[in-house]
Amino acid sequence: MLEIRLYLAQRISAAIMAPLVLMHLGLMIYAIQGGLDASEILARTRGSLFWGGFYGLFVIAVSVHAAIGLRNILCEWLQLRGMILVGLGWICFGGLLFAGLRAVAAVVGAP
Amino acid sequence: MKAHRNQPLYLAFLLHRLSGLGLALFLPFHFYVLGLALEGDDALNRFLHWSEMPLVKIAEFGLVFLLAVHFFGGLRLLALENMPWSNQQKNYAAIAVAAAFFVATGFLLRAF
Repeated sequence: MLEIRLYLAQRISAAIMAPLVLMHLGLMIYAIQGGLDASEILARTRGSLFWGGFYGLFVIAVSVHAAIGLRNILCEWLQLRGMILVGLGWICFGGLLFAGLRAVAAVVGAP
Repeated sequence: MKAHRNQPLYLAFLLHRLSGLGLALFLPFHFYVLGLALEGDDALNRFLHWSEMPLVKIAEFGLVFLLAVHFFGGLRLLALENMPWSNQQKNYAAIAVAAAFFVATGFLLRAF
């Protein structure tokens, strides 16, 4: 039952991220022109509800997606099972979610 | 080597898994760099100027390629699981890699 839920969460998070990744790729190719500059990036993101929502959703989806992917690798390639596998999965999820939301707050929040 | 590992679609699976692993390992570093903005624009700028080095640009090309190949490979996987089977799977896998390379090269050309 858990495996089915993880499988669904993996696919749903992928479907949520698909348009976000496409936009992120496009934005990167656009923003890299003439070099990256902190004030240029932050001028676009600071105080923006849109970018806060966009990257907040991105971080939540990628935390779910990456944690399940890493869990699969730990299970299939390193043969980890039981509580160690569950614990490491949650640590990956929690760590990515915390660091990601902190990053979003850093670029969207007031200086 | 097991027979299935010689199949192109096993390579597509492996590429998808390894690109995902690479991206997952890169994410904490990406989040840390963006978090530098909490310390002010200068802290983030110092890193961004470091990232102007050609070798870093090449590494960025690799990262964009990983993201693009994982994205297109993932679309192939979603299509495979949610749509009727076709005999075109190998072609779709090849198209996914080609499209990823195209996107990553586009990034590199803009970066220099």
